[in-house]
Amino acid sequence: MSGGEDGGGSFEDRLQAARRRQGLDTRPSEQSGGPDSRSPSALGIGLRVGVELVSALAVAVAIGWWLDKWLHTSPVLLSLFVLLGGAAGVLNVWRLMGPDASHRAGRRN
Amino acid sequence: MAAEGHAIDALGQFQLHTVGSFIGASVNFTQANLMMVLSAGVVLALLHYGARPRAVIPGRLQALAELSYNFIHDMCTDQVGEEGKRFFPLVFALFFFILVGNLIGVWPYAFTFTSHIATTFALALLVMVLTTVVALRLHGWKFFSYFVPSGVPKLLLPLLVPIEILSYLSRLVSLSVRLFANMMAGHVMLEVFGAFIVMLGAAGALFWGPAALCLATDVALIGFEFLVAVLQAYVFAVLTCIYLHDAVHLH
Repeated sequence: MSGGEDGGGSFEDRLQAARRRQGLDTRPSEQSGGPDSRSPSALGIGLRVGVELVSALAVAVAIGWWLDKWLHTSPVLLSLFVLLGGAAGVLNVWRLMGPDASHRAGRRN
Repeated sequence: MAAEGHAIDALGQFQLHTVGSFIGASVNFTQANLMMVLSAGVVLALLHYGARPRAVIPGRLQALAELSYNFIHDMCTDQVGEEGKRFFPLVFALFFFILVGNLIGVWPYAFTFTSHIATTFALALLVMVLTTVVALRLHGWKFFSYFVPSGVPKLLLPLLVPIEILSYLSRLVSLSVRLFANMMAGHVMLEVFGAFIVMLGAAGALFWGPAALCLATDVALIGFEFLVAVLQAYVFAVLTCIYLHDAVHLH
C-alpha cells in the first residue's frame, strides 16, 4: 500500500499514528481525567471552598501585618492587604468553581 | 487520659514526646519522626517485596505495587500531560508517604504525623518551591507573566497583579491547612466521643444508652477517618499535579 506517490502520505499517516500512540499531539486523557477526578461530595466542595477563601485572607493578613511592622505604617498596609486578600480568596473560589473550571487541570483564562 | 478531672483533653494526643530513651531525647527524635520513618519504611517494603517476584501473573502484593504505580503514573500523565512523567517519583513519594502516614494514624496508640501543621506546611513548602523553580527553569522571566491576567485593561493591572500573587501564595496555606485540619479534626472528634463514652458510662446505668450511642458514633467516625485519610492524600497529590501543570504550561 505504500506506493511511489503514497510514500509521503503513508509516512505522514504512520508518523501521525506513532505520535498519537506516544500521546504527543492529541490529549484525550485530559478530558477523561477531568470529570471523574472532580466529582466530590457536597461536604468536600464546601470544605475546599472554605479553605481557599480563608487561606488567601490569612496570607494577606500575614503579609500586611509584617509589612506594617517593618515600615511602621501601622494600620494602612494591613487594611489594604485585607481587601486584596479577600479578593484573592474570591479569585481562588472562582477558579475552583467558575464557569470554565470544568475543563481544568489548572487551566487559566 | 481523655477524661481526667471531668475535663476533656482532646488536644493532648497531639503533644510530642521523645522516643528511644536517651538517644532519642538527645536528638529530639519524637513519636512523629518515628511514624514518618515507619511510613517511609512501609512504602519501601511494599515496593521492594511487591516487585521482587517479577511474575507475569502478579500475586496479591505485586498487584498492589503495580496498581499503585499505575495509579500515580496515570494521575501524572492525566493532570500534567506527557511532561508529568518527570515528576512521577515526587508525586508517588508524596502520595504514599501521606497516605501511609494517615492510615497508620488511625491505628490505636499510633500517632498521625500529618495532624501537625509543621509537617504539612513543610510538605506544601516543598511542593511550592519545586513548582516555582520548575516554572522559572522552563520559562525564565516569562514565568512572571503568570501573574498578569490576559485581556485586562492596563489600568487595572496594579490592582490585579497583587491579587494574583496573593492567590498564588495562598496555595501554600490552603494545601497545608487542608491536610492538617482534616486529620486533626477527625482525631479530636474521636477523642471527644471516646471521652463521652467514659464519662457517661461512669455516670450511672441511666446514661449507658447515650454512652452506647457515642460508641456507635465513634465506630462510624473510624470508618470516616479511613475515607478522609485516603481522600486527603489523594487531594494533596492531585493538587501537586495541578500546580505542576501550571508550572509546566503557565497559561
